[in-house]
Amino acid sequence: MAKETDRLGRGTVWHEALVQDASPEGTAVLLRELVAHLRQNRTQLREEWARRITEAKLLTAMSKDEIFAEATAVYDQYVEALETGTFEALQAYARSLSERIIPRGVETHEVVGIVLLLRDVLARSLFAKYQADFTKLDRILDAYEPAANRIANTVAVGFVQERERVIRQQQEAIRELSTPVLQVRERLLILPIIGVIDSHRARQLTEQLLRGIRTNRAKVVVIDITGVAAMDATVANHLVQTVEASRLLGATVIVTGLSPEIAQTLVTIGVDLGKMNTVGDLQGGIEQAERLLGYKVVPIGASS
Amino acid sequence: MEVPVLKQGPFLIATVQAALTDEDLVHLRRAMVERVVISRSLGVIIDVTAMDIMDSFASRTLREIAQMIRLRGAETIIVGIQPEVAFAMVQLGITLEGVVTALDLEEGLNYLKQKFNSSA
Repeated sequence: MAKETDRLGRGTVWHEALVQDASPEGTAVLLRELVAHLRQNRTQLREEWARRITEAKLLTAMSKDEIFAEATAVYDQYVEALETGTFEALQAYARSLSERIIPRGVETHEVVGIVLLLRDVLARSLFAKYQADFTKLDRILDAYEPAANRIANTVAVGFVQERERVIRQQQEAIRELSTPVLQVRERLLILPIIGVIDSHRARQLTEQLLRGIRTNRAKVVVIDITGVAAMDATVANHLVQTVEASRLLGATVIVTGLSPEIAQTLVTIGVDLGKMNTVGDLQGGIEQAERLLGYKVVPIGASS
Repeated sequence: MEVPVLKQGPFLIATVQAALTDEDLVHLRRAMVERVVISRSLGVIIDVTAMDIMDSFASRTLREIAQMIRLRGAETIIVGIQPEVAFAMVQLGITLEGVVTALDLEEGLNYLKQKFNSSA
């Protein structure tokens, strides 16, 4: 330690002529020391962490054994990332972990929570170890914190990205499910639409319907939109176009199940209602379609 | 390009082979009306199955053909518009307003026979 006097030679200012060793070599040495400590104390730190996870009531969807198994894997990945400074392995692990736990109903806050708890557990153990040497603790934390933050970030982002991927997949599946074109009588098709229609889906619907009209040689189509709560002007226009395109293929379209909101939209955008053949509900629509096709439905055994 | 026109009883069937130029369409318009007069036809089917594009000029010409034939007391029906063509047409706002359409030749003939029988 060097002793210094100020300019006027008064008093002594003691401070350590310790150059803040922020050089990469210095950080690397510290990280190695840190990693060694984390490896040595793996068993108890991991247990401490698992205990705190249960205490915080996180990962309730998983059993104790499962939590312990995943905790072990996460701990080792964490230490590995600290040691190597590379995060690809951690990213890959985070994605595979997410794939496993998302179907189990594990939420984002739980995943972020447990990673932050691990960060705390490890930090506390560092405080305990270096409490006598505050300066060294300071430097150790300088090395530890950026890496720990990056790890927390990597895991959380990996989890969220996996969730988004699953949601997109489900949306696509719903889209495909929801536009069946069904033949219920000779020359009569029904297109029941459920859910939210956007421009993309509306276009898909139209193409599917026109192909169905040609394949089934349909003369009447009932489009039922009972299951559609609302549609904007663009989608309403798509619906009108669908009706017109169907007519070009020689098919009459009956639209049924318009909600008050949709009726309002159609009137507001000025749809030529003369072009739109609408009936209140699906039953009424099918009955009218049958009339148009020349069918009459009579109960069996009706008196002649 | 000459569009072949066949006679089927009181009806005429014109089968468009491929993409028609504007000139072809104008020629068709005159030819159809002349044939209706000569054959004293009651109805005309224009089969556009082979047309993969229907632009606004084609649409307008077909409408005019229908109107002119109606002035001769005969009915016109356009058949065979393909799903992709129909889709493209409505997106461009081409609607063939006022012209009767049907899926194909069979449907077109059924339509005309029904109309002819009911007014007989």
